[in-house]
Amino acid sequence: MYGFLIAVGVLLLLSLIWMVYRIQTLVSVVKGSDKKIASSSNKVNALLFVVFLIGAGGLMFWYSIKEFDNYNLPLGSEHGAVTDQLFWITMAVTGIVFIITHILLFIFPYKYQYNEKRKATFYPDNNKLEVIWTVVPAVVLAILVIGGWKAWSDITAPAPENAHVVEIMGYQFAWEVRYPGLDNVLGDHDYRLVNEVNNPSGVDFSDRNALDDFTSPVVVIPKGEPVLFKIRARDVLHSVFAPHMRLKMDAVPGMPTRFWFTPTKTTAEMRQELGDDEFVYEIACTEICGRGHFSMRREIRVVEPAEYQEWLKEQKPYIVNNPALVENLPSDLKELADITIGEYK
Amino acid sequence: MATANLATHGATDHDHDHEHHDNFITKYIFSTDHKMIGKQFLVTGIFWALIGGFLSILFRLQLGFPDMDLTFLKPLLGGWIDDAGKLDPNFYLALVTMHGTIMVFFVLTAGLSGTFSNFLIPLQIGARDMASGFMNMLSYWFFFVSGVIMFISLFLENGPAGGGWVVYPPLSALEQAIPGSGMGMTLWLIAMTFFIASSLLGGINYITTVINLRTKGMSFSRLPLTIWAFFLTAVIGLLSFPVLFAAALLLVFDRSFGTSFYLSDIYISGEGALPNTGGSPVLYQHLFWFLGHPEVYIVLLPALGITSEVIATNSRKPIFGYKAMIISMLGITILSFVVWAHHMFVSGMNPFLGSIFMFLTLIIAIPSAVKVFNYLTTLWRGNLIFTPAMLFSIGLVSFFISGGLTGIFLGNSAIDIQLHDTYFVVAHFHLVMGSASFFGLMAGVYHWFPKMFGRMMDARLGYIHFWLTFVGVYLVFFPMHYIGIAGFPRRYYSWTNFEFSNMYTDLNMFVSAAAIITFAAQFIFLFNFFYSMYRGRKASLNPWRSTTLEWTTPLFPGHGNWPGEIPAVYRWPYDYSKPGAKEDFIMQTVPLSATPESNLPHEQELVKLEKEIIAEEEEVLVANESKES
Repeated sequence: MYGFLIAVGVLLLLSLIWMVYRIQTLVSVVKGSDKKIASSSNKVNALLFVVFLIGAGGLMFWYSIKEFDNYNLPLGSEHGAVTDQLFWITMAVTGIVFIITHILLFIFPYKYQYNEKRKATFYPDNNKLEVIWTVVPAVVLAILVIGGWKAWSDITAPAPENAHVVEIMGYQFAWEVRYPGLDNVLGDHDYRLVNEVNNPSGVDFSDRNALDDFTSPVVVIPKGEPVLFKIRARDVLHSVFAPHMRLKMDAVPGMPTRFWFTPTKTTAEMRQELGDDEFVYEIACTEICGRGHFSMRREIRVVEPAEYQEWLKEQKPYIVNNPALVENLPSDLKELADITIGEYK
Repeated sequence: MATANLATHGATDHDHDHEHHDNFITKYIFSTDHKMIGKQFLVTGIFWALIGGFLSILFRLQLGFPDMDLTFLKPLLGGWIDDAGKLDPNFYLALVTMHGTIMVFFVLTAGLSGTFSNFLIPLQIGARDMASGFMNMLSYWFFFVSGVIMFISLFLENGPAGGGWVVYPPLSALEQAIPGSGMGMTLWLIAMTFFIASSLLGGINYITTVINLRTKGMSFSRLPLTIWAFFLTAVIGLLSFPVLFAAALLLVFDRSFGTSFYLSDIYISGEGALPNTGGSPVLYQHLFWFLGHPEVYIVLLPALGITSEVIATNSRKPIFGYKAMIISMLGITILSFVVWAHHMFVSGMNPFLGSIFMFLTLIIAIPSAVKVFNYLTTLWRGNLIFTPAMLFSIGLVSFFISGGLTGIFLGNSAIDIQLHDTYFVVAHFHLVMGSASFFGLMAGVYHWFPKMFGRMMDARLGYIHFWLTFVGVYLVFFPMHYIGIAGFPRRYYSWTNFEFSNMYTDLNMFVSAAAIITFAAQFIFLFNFFYSMYRGRKASLNPWRSTTLEWTTPLFPGHGNWPGEIPAVYRWPYDYSKPGAKEDFIMQTVPLSATPESNLPHEQELVKLEKEIIAEEEEVLVANESKES
């Protein structure tokens, strides 16, 4: 019944609009205003541009200022300070251009709206002007690019030797985190060794370096020391995105990638600073990867270096939690593995 | 026109005969007339725009109102709405994918280039038709077939392709990874193959026609900027679409014939390790973006060309910096081929390559900036008439600025680390490419409707349509900048899984509401378009008092466009408000010798030369006539 009533209402509304439309068409024909070059609507449209300029401009400033703390994400890495600075410098430069060009774009229609008594100025070209507005943007852009290029080179430079290595592997639809253990060297991996139950990363335990590798449900990293994410994917493309670290790198099956950075604030410090006890650093996926793309969450916990060392010692390698992993190894490796297992018990 | 009856080489009386033989099928369906083909592209483009827009409303419902009970959509979407009234996440991805594919290729490439290149090139350069009418017809019908296949894919049990409009493998190669990569992806690839063929057929035609069939006097330096834009667009398409075909072909091999161009080291949950090794998903991205980036300009350049024409006409002023505009477009054309990897800064490619592409990318911002400044100067001290086409053109310039400036952030690889694949990117390209090109399309339709259908569209409805759409587009896409700076990733079904993105539900709701209103406003246009086609006010021959050749044709130009000889051209297309002239426009067909009062010094020198040519022409004409009689 309601559906019927709504349909009747919509129908009535439409026919009303229809009649208004017909009447105004007829009136304009009678008045002869459709024969004029520019009707009275010209003034209205010209004025609306100014109204839009003021209204939309005001709205933009009001919202940008009011919401600043909301959209400006807390920052937790060294290189992030550089890229954030570049971002805001670019924002200032483009913001000025944005405002000036829009003021001109919306004031001109008002100022130069059609007037029968006036003739437009015949002004086909001016090479000097063209040169100016080619060269000036070129110079400004060059400055912006050089800043970006320097930052980009630093960020993508090889990681320092002492960087703490963490492997992050994307799969549908989660991240598997692997630490290299005390030797700080990750063991080899092979996708054919993947076993969803006990070896999701496909670690090759016949490599000695793999024996002390361990996994963790949370990415724990020390503050103030370089951390190297070794990134890969097992099935389709994923992308590691740690928004607070200003970090993003695709995870590609068959092609390892990396990203190194230095965290600047522990989770606890950040919580205190923001006055938010719930705050956590997070990893999300930013490359479309299927049904669960929106749910690939991992937490990063940044701790003091001393606390990190403590934590490292507490972790138990894959093979300690699951001795079956090394059962089929050749005898010399098996012995080594058993010794490692023994040490942790 | 004083010169309309002047002789050009070769009489073409036989053109009249064709018209009378037209039946319904050859006139409206398998037409080889460029005007009809242009209209076919337009109507098909409008159809796809409605579908593409509707799909976006569906996923905006999910994003803006995540708790909404969508059971009322069950009659339409069936199993894609589960029993709890929630949209299926796989179908969400399919919606996003199809929205992108349809809008980029079917609406803004075929619907824009296809319509106006076909309709305007012969009319504005003074040609009877395209170089090959048959190829032109094929171009439309390949597009039509492509559309039919894509449309069918929407109704598959496993849904259409769902890997994003870029269809990156391995996701798009493996049915096990997402159901849309099964039959849906197969149909996507077949449809795109037809589409590429259609684009190439059209493009070859546009290029050949512009080079070879210009009327007497229509040198390249007298071409309207629309034609320059369509010409360069066709060149870009011709060079880049084959690369997309190569990318698609290798993907077909990987999907169906067990090759490993893009696949390596893959373990699929529940199935095990795949045998493929040695491929590179990044290779696909290079190939795809080698088309994908020029595609942005394929979409944008025609819109900029249309805008140049509309702004000049309605400012009653020559476009400022005609040569600079051409040089900018040439620059954009060339540079568009060497910036593709800026889509891949964080794809894992060599960071050194990233540095190179960052420099190249920011160079392309310069010609774009020049164009904006030239538009502004054209408005300056003009005598502006706000036809709906003019409003849409000014709107385009606004979007081009807003979206172009955010490109400077994204082209900077250091800043792009944070912004890549967030809503900042969504805001950027929807403004600079999506909305700007859409506004170009609308400007074109309002401006050339009288030439297409011999009737006027209703201007007031046009104003309402413009203001609702203009404000609506900003309300939809401007807030996305904030959401993007806050780090919200693209193609997310919901953001509540993360602490950092568990906010802005109000803003997303606002965006969705604005999107629905903006979409609804398009029905005003639809009504205006179809109603005016049959019941609109009869148009005059040159309703906008414009200078270009298409307005010298009869109200309903037949096959061959001009009943008599094709008019010759004596001047550039932007003689508006020339000092000394009586009217505020002088058509391209008016010889300089007929307007001594308004000629500039260098033009006065050309008059003598022109007179000699005209005298020669008349001799030929007289000779021909005496032969006939």
